[in-house]
Amino acid sequence: MKELLTGNYAVAEAVRLARVQLVAAYPITPQTPIYEKLSEMEMEGKLKGIMMRMESEHSAMAAVVAASLTGVRTFTATASQGIALMHEMLHFASGNRVPVVMCNVNRVIAIPWAFGSDQSDSLSQRDTGWLQFYCEDAQEACDTVIQAYRIAEQILLPIMVCIDGFFTSHFLEPIEIPDQASIDAFLPPFSLPSRFDIHNPAFIANVINADHYMQYRQRTFEDMEKAKPVIKEVNREYEEIIGRGYNMIEAVNTDDAEIVLVTSGAMTSTARMAIQSLRDKGYKAGLLKMKAFRPFPTEEVQEALKNVPRVAVLDRNISIGKEGIWCQELKAALYPLERRPLITGYIAGICGADVSPDMIEGMVIDSLQRKETGELPVWVRRD
Amino acid sequence: MVIEQTEKEYMRSGHMGCPGCGVASTMRLVLKALGEKTIVVIIPSCAAVISGAYPNSVMDVPSFHSAFEIAAPTAAGIANALKMRGEEDTTVLAFAGDGGTFDIGLQSLSGAADRNDNFIYVCLDNEAYMNTGIQSSSATPENAWTMTTPAGRQGKKKQFMQIIAAHRIPYAATAAMGYPLDLMEKVKKAKDIKGTKFIHTLAPCPTGWRMPEDLTAKSTMLAVETKLFPLYEIIDGTQYRITHEPQGLPVEEYLKIQGRYRQLNEGQIQQMQKEVDESWEKLITKTKGCI
Ligand code: SF4
Repeated sequence: MKELLTGNYAVAEAVRLARVQLVAAYPITPQTPIYEKLSEMEMEGKLKGIMMRMESEHSAMAAVVAASLTGVRTFTATASQGIALMHEMLHFASGNRVPVVMCNVNRVIAIPWAFGSDQSDSLSQRDTGWLQFYCEDAQEACDTVIQAYRIAEQILLPIMVCIDGFFTSHFLEPIEIPDQASIDAFLPPFSLPSRFDIHNPAFIANVINADHYMQYRQRTFEDMEKAKPVIKEVNREYEEIIGRGYNMIEAVNTDDAEIVLVTSGAMTSTARMAIQSLRDKGYKAGLLKMKAFRPFPTEEVQEALKNVPRVAVLDRNISIGKEGIWCQELKAALYPLERRPLITGYIAGICGADVSPDMIEGMVIDSLQRKETGELPVWVRRD
Repeated sequence: MVIEQTEKEYMRSGHMGCPGCGVASTMRLVLKALGEKTIVVIIPSCAAVISGAYPNSVMDVPSFHSAFEIAAPTAAGIANALKMRGEEDTTVLAFAGDGGTFDIGLQSLSGAADRNDNFIYVCLDNEAYMNTGIQSSSATPENAWTMTTPAGRQGKKKQFMQIIAAHRIPYAATAAMGYPLDLMEKVKKAKDIKGTKFIHTLAPCPTGWRMPEDLTAKSTMLAVETKLFPLYEIIDGTQYRITHEPQGLPVEEYLKIQGRYRQLNEGQIQQMQKEVDESWEKLITKTKGCI
């Protein structure tokens, strides 16, 4: 049965279904409804875990890392300044190899102060050792949070599920909430042992030497790579039980495409319309939706784009001094190809600025006229 | 006073602190008082150095080296997870220095105390950032020399027990390694109380205090007997009780054994004596129920 829910509420439902045992959170716009909904569920007895109402995001991440080490399933959510404040603890989560799952509701980072959607907050955490998934809509957010527990608990790395602030977090959408029995079949109870064993005391996160440190980093790196088949397998199983699934990427009409537009997050839905309209007008346009950011699905991207002469990347974020972050990653992923496509990066929708189907069509047509891969991004604004 | 020597130790020999370190001795006493079912959180500090580097550790209970500003929420996270696992008979203990408590960790400690999360927090106060080489913290007393206050610190030591009392946690106490039984009794008492417990220990650092290493215990005794660091407990943030009646020695007795007070003049010593007397009077008033 479908219910009309916001993305934030859909995430809260997923946390409930995952039988999370400890939630530690701090309110920040536009994440707050997740926190509120979980509190309501706690009051109604629907959420059986403990809710810790924290004094900061930094402490929230500290608490979930510690609880996860103690052997319970944990969740937190944040956005914007909150994830920036958490930065140190994000390293702690991956360094301690804990399967924490967090929802980040993408919001612009100050300064200037603003509230709209923008992926710079989470994308700028790319080197913290977290898996990152970007969801197109509320349904995907709900399903991805549930899947994230299976993946995180198998590879022992934390996962960030990202949704676009206000667009996905606040808009009502018809959503199919899985039933508890199906999720129980898919996601068994948390079974990792407590790392604090009274009978076999150990010191966790001791000071180590350079050789050990490097070995540890290499192993973490390799395990992140090993997450790729796990992500696929978990999604396959989920699809089998629930009837829906999402791969690390989704390629639409890329086989014969002269130009492929690369998108992520909520803008993908708008791009689907724009690409269809371009097809109707005779352009051989395709779409590549990116879901996984870490680990980066290099092989999948290469496979999807190896015969495509032109690529346009749409970024709702900016790495100042370079270009859009997805564009950088795409360029790096495609560099080994024998016939590299011509790539143009477009920056649009920063801070939730409107990105209409027309604007997207305009970008695609613009990129068809380009003669070389752009060094700098093209800013697309409605002035 | 004799400590029962047959009791098992939960801190093994071979710590990596300096000789005569008061932090190490305090940690040993606290762990001894708590016993086997204890999980320890340590944060960057001399306590972390003392605990030992991989693959060695002096800790004989499960321990976790967390980040600097989060001793309290880390302990709180563990305590709540233990509750979910039905293992509430295990005590969670956080060790943090004065920097990690008075300064960078204050906000997160305040949050945990406000939620009254169930753990014991022991502040190992050596009155400066000793692990990084003797820099002033807000626990450094007025006039004390440090590398960042070469002329003596200007500000006054933060009155941390007042901040803690304002949170109205069920149990708070001061303790010092020179009074091991008093310290261990307080720790044991804290163990049996649910909620946030805070113990402020004076943990001398011979290195940073510029003091011979055999004076560690004695220096805490002088701090207590001069009324500079009184031993007391606070129940529910309101009921004060002195646990050791000090002799009332002149403060100078305490100051003169430490090189960090070498530059003090007569006037400054008198001023310090005056402030110690006033603080003591205020404390006595509180023990009478007037806050
Ligand atoms: S610097 Fe001071 S507190 Fe640190 S280990 Fe040495 S004596 Fe102990």
